[in-house]
Amino acid sequence: MTFISNLINGISLGSVYAIIALGYTMVYGIAKMLNFAHGDVIMIGAYMSFCATTYLNLPVPVAILIAMCVCTVLGIVIEGLAYKPLRRATSLAVLITAIGVSYFLQNIALIIWGSAPKTFSSVVPFGSLRLFNGGLIITAESVVTVLANIVIMISLAIFTKKSKMGKAMRAVSEDKDAAELMGINVNTTISVTFAIGSALAAIAGVLLCSAYPVLMPTTGSMPGIKAFTAAVFGGIGSIPGAMLGGILLGIIEIFSKSYISTQLSDAIVFGVLIVVLLVKPTGLLGKKIAEKV
Amino acid sequence: MKKYKDLSSFAKTNIKCYGIVILAFLVMYPLQSSGMISHSISGQLVPICTYVVMAISLNLTVGFLGELSLGHAGFMSVGAFSGVITAISLSAAVPSPTIRLIISIVVGGLFAGIAGLIIGIPVLRLKGDYLAIVTLAFGEIIKNIINCLYVGIDEKGLHFSMQSDAALGLSEMGRVIMKGPQGAVGITKTATFLSGIILILFALFVVLNLVNSKTGRAVTAIRDNRIAAESVGIGITRYKLTAFIISAMLAGMAGALYAQNLSAVAATKFDFNTSILILVFVVLGGMGNIFGSIIAATLLYMLPELLRGLADYRMLIYAIILIIVMVATNSTQSKQIIAKIKSSLRTRKSNGEGADL
Repeated sequence: MTFISNLINGISLGSVYAIIALGYTMVYGIAKMLNFAHGDVIMIGAYMSFCATTYLNLPVPVAILIAMCVCTVLGIVIEGLAYKPLRRATSLAVLITAIGVSYFLQNIALIIWGSAPKTFSSVVPFGSLRLFNGGLIITAESVVTVLANIVIMISLAIFTKKSKMGKAMRAVSEDKDAAELMGINVNTTISVTFAIGSALAAIAGVLLCSAYPVLMPTTGSMPGIKAFTAAVFGGIGSIPGAMLGGILLGIIEIFSKSYISTQLSDAIVFGVLIVVLLVKPTGLLGKKIAEKV
Repeated sequence: MKKYKDLSSFAKTNIKCYGIVILAFLVMYPLQSSGMISHSISGQLVPICTYVVMAISLNLTVGFLGELSLGHAGFMSVGAFSGVITAISLSAAVPSPTIRLIISIVVGGLFAGIAGLIIGIPVLRLKGDYLAIVTLAFGEIIKNIINCLYVGIDEKGLHFSMQSDAALGLSEMGRVIMKGPQGAVGITKTATFLSGIILILFALFVVLNLVNSKTGRAVTAIRDNRIAAESVGIGITRYKLTAFIISAMLAGMAGALYAQNLSAVAATKFDFNTSILILVFVVLGGMGNIFGSIIAATLLYMLPELLRGLADYRMLIYAIILIIVMVATNSTQSKQIIAKIKSSLRTRKSNGEGADL
């Protein structure tokens, strides 16, 4: 029974990682940049939802919608101000700028909300599910998280396959210059990608803080790093890869916490990542890129 | 004597780098020993020295080897804790603090070098962002393991444990050196500004000479074009590994010095943010530019201190400055403007020379 409950917890945590990893992987696929500020967008999303429910007493769906809108705008603004001028710069320059943005968001949050942790009340109004006479307890948060993950994955898959914008995204990620010649507005496509990624980050923030209700300006950093790891684990740039990587990472983390050592769980997660990358250097579902001489 | 203008670029870099460090020492040392500068600034001198060494060593990996490393603080951590354990173990056997400091720095460098070898062999097979993520993972693993590590010493020698300090089984004479999440405790402060400067000069000596040696040329050739370098018979793995290990060793030495400037140090000090901080020094100073690393590390380390009057806003302003500098120096438009200014200066100069004739 503990095994099953651990498995469910792992899938639930992994679903949050997967939603965050989607933001990383989509941006990487299209703009070829590691957006290190993504983890902090999660934190902003969580704070927004927190403020909307606590101070304004708004209903939960409205609060989540507000958080998503704010994060979407934030993502577009960040992209336009900080990343757009660096479209042709080296990837390292963009990386450092992204780190600057990450510091910026953390410190803005620090000034507005202070460093004291806030207790986030869960957005899920249902109680836990009790099965087998209480032998197996499934929290409502984990059910909602997994469902949200599935819905997001399916709609994103349909979006990228069928819609015009989704096709444009795939074209840009394949070859930016050729896409531009075909009349695709590359800048708009990249902005839309950031917008989608940031909106997803808001959802992830709300779900993460519902399960682990401590909200601080640094709340987003560690899940951000883990989700980035998950994206690489599954093969960065691949949407199913982000899903697979996120869920596996969550399962590994929960299992090593409960069976091996609580303190060493991060070391085990990252150790597994290193081993996977050594065996499959482009991640689990990553494309193998042939090298031209 | 040759004019400065006629010297080779190697000699010029040497003069600039050694010159600025010695100059900084000559200015700061008398000020510090006579107590002319405030306590908060003189307390920053050793950390600045260690971060300069870190920037120089990371520049070897990022600038010359061309591999992005996001876990350089991991090597610093390995060096710091092995150095502290060495220093405390030797406190009875070696009475002189200076010799103890030197031994502990050497040991710190050796252990970090071994860590560099262990991580380098598998990691250097990967490329680009994948290498970055593995170094990141490595830094986190080191932090996590040291966070659970308990080390103690008694007359029988060193004791290690992953559970608690009681599990060390020390005798009554024993003493706990590392207490898991609290990190190393009871460190004797032996690091001085002079030792920091000497370590910088040593790092400069190693890196500048390495870059200008046959090995260094091979390393930059691999960075510029791996396949071309391989085709002219350069052993990729060997040279990459050499540069990576030297970089790790220097980071370990800096870590050992850093830890012995404090009375207690925890593993969380050497986290992802520290690695990023050092990377920022290197990128803003200019990749492959050692002089730039020295300047950037010093200025950027002092920047939050200088902004201290702004209290909560200082890191915000730091972030804004970082973004503005990166966008200003790397965007296409600003590059065009810089190129225009340069070319107009050049035409003016050549016109001026023409008028002289």
